Amino acid sequence: MLNLDLANQLKAKFGDLISEPAEFRGEITVKLADAELIAEVCGFAKNKLGFEYLVDISSLDNYGEDPRWTMVYELRNLSTNAELRIKTDVGEEKSELPSVLGVWATANWHEREVYDMMGIRFRGHPDLRRILMWEGYPYFPLRKDFPLAGKPTNVPEVAFTEITPMEGGPFVTLPSSGDAISREPRVRTPEE
Amino acid sequence: MATVQDIAIPDSAARNVQALEDLQDMQGEKMVLNMGPSHPATHGVLRIVLELDGEMITKAEPDVGFLHRGDEKIAENMTYTQFIPYTDRLDYLAPLASNVGYALAVEKLLGIHDKLPLRCQHIRVMCAELARISAHLLGLGAFAMDMGAVTVFLLTFTEREKIYNLCESLTGARFTTSYTRIGGLSRDLPPGWVDQCRKFLAEVIININEMETLLTRNRIWVDRIRDLAVISKEDAISYGLSGPNLRGSGVEYDLRKNQPYLCYKDLDFDIPVGATGDCYDRYLVRMEEMRQSVRILHQCLDKIPGGADNKSREPINVDDGKIVLPPKQKVMSSMEELIHQFMLVTEGVNCPPGETYFGHENPKGELGFYINSKGGGVPYRMKIRSPSFVNLSIIPKIFPGCMMSDTVAILGSLDFVMGECDR
Repeated sequence: MLNLDLANQLKAKFGDLISEPAEFRGEITVKLADAELIAEVCGFAKNKLGFEYLVDISSLDNYGEDPRWTMVYELRNLSTNAELRIKTDVGEEKSELPSVLGVWATANWHEREVYDMMGIRFRGHPDLRRILMWEGYPYFPLRKDFPLAGKPTNVPEVAFTEITPMEGGPFVTLPSSGDAISREPRVRTPEE
Repeated sequence: MATVQDIAIPDSAARNVQALEDLQDMQGEKMVLNMGPSHPATHGVLRIVLELDGEMITKAEPDVGFLHRGDEKIAENMTYTQFIPYTDRLDYLAPLASNVGYALAVEKLLGIHDKLPLRCQHIRVMCAELARISAHLLGLGAFAMDMGAVTVFLLTFTEREKIYNLCESLTGARFTTSYTRIGGLSRDLPPGWVDQCRKFLAEVIININEMETLLTRNRIWVDRIRDLAVISKEDAISYGLSGPNLRGSGVEYDLRKNQPYLCYKDLDFDIPVGATGDCYDRYLVRMEEMRQSVRILHQCLDKIPGGADNKSREPINVDDGKIVLPPKQKVMSSMEELIHQFMLVTEGVNCPPGETYFGHENPKGELGFYINSKGGGVPYRMKIRSPSFVNLSIIPKIFPGCMMSDTVAILGSLDFVMGECDR
């Protein structure tokens, strides 16, 4: 009941921008019509409705539909146990919405993960880099059009690519197809 | 015995800021040091790029993802039951707890998470609490070993071995348990398990007490980690910390109490919270949580419907042929069960369209599964909220101003596991 009240308060404040609260398995979900207002709505939810704890941010790829992306924010109040889910749609050609980092510090890594996996950008995020995949990876692997088996890419450069100091030295066994005697370091002359 | 509150704690956050300010005036040269990904104190493959001024950390940038396997992508391409073995590999120090959390998340989507048979609920609670003891034993043992107290590590690993033996006789596997099923369990308690578990509980308490005598009032240990890396209540909430790290900062929040699932509301246990939020508090919280877990386990062993050998044949699975596999005997002899078996194996459990989030109090914190279903046996999207990932995001906040040698202590006190962080 508490969850529904809070959702209605959010609706009273933002009017038609917030959809009618939907309930499923005791969880209340509201949908925000304009993704540009997400930071404002979240700020209101935190400061006025007491949702001090951001549990999670996830993203959905509605492949083949328009708008393509849906962002999902799970909010919670630790003292009253109230919970609310806010969803908002983002179009594919824009693929951008404001960051909620100013509201909750934990949004930092969650938003980086969404960017990394889905390729949705967050305006105002100070450090929007890949987090789980490596810098320079060309795809967004959680998109529905990315195959499960993956796509071939260049692996990232390893930090130390120079030959190790001992390689080619007189006491190092060389990898080769020769027999054990010819690979034995002591039979090798240094000129070879 | 003195409590944490009795000890005067200087404001260490202010001290760290002061230390950084003092450095501004010096003509020092900054050095970038790469810690990890293969470093014993990072307990896996965490890389931290540290910027140092002398011994002082001025900036820390954690780099995660070395263990990324794409579990969320994999989940979208298989049935709900097929994903259970992948949950073993999330928090590989406490696979039983992840099994329970995942099964409950899918059951919430099905709407049966509060209709599970009591025997199943009790066994699952015991699984989760055994996993908690196991994970905390490892966390504390490794923490102490990184600080130089190797004896503690040997003690905790002796006890973990016994938990593995319990896992083995319960699930058939020591490590990758895959014990839960959607709507129940893969099998009932084996004969003699309850007595074996009682024996273990009596022994583990002795060992926990011994650990306490080695650490809790140990001058070296206390001086080393007290007043170190203080996380304020506000920061802990804002950074979304969960589990012992959140409670160490004095926030009394535990999903087992605040949003009770399974039979936790019928059990008697306390939630330890810290007073200041330093590394020592996080250590104390974990220590006490193990004792509380032992308490919960004792109650479950006493209360479990059907008792040790289940003579009264209490069910461990929900009575729904569309969710739980039928007994093999019936599959071979009855048409309806054969159809159910066939449909469950080929199509998976038919879930309704909708979306749910379920958070489970895992040893490391809140392990959450957001499942978006469009109906059928395969999730459309499954987001795993992993506690270690979120807990690590506070590193850039708490590291600056600390000494280089404090990094291992802070990492040990945060107690993370990379398999779950990177998914």
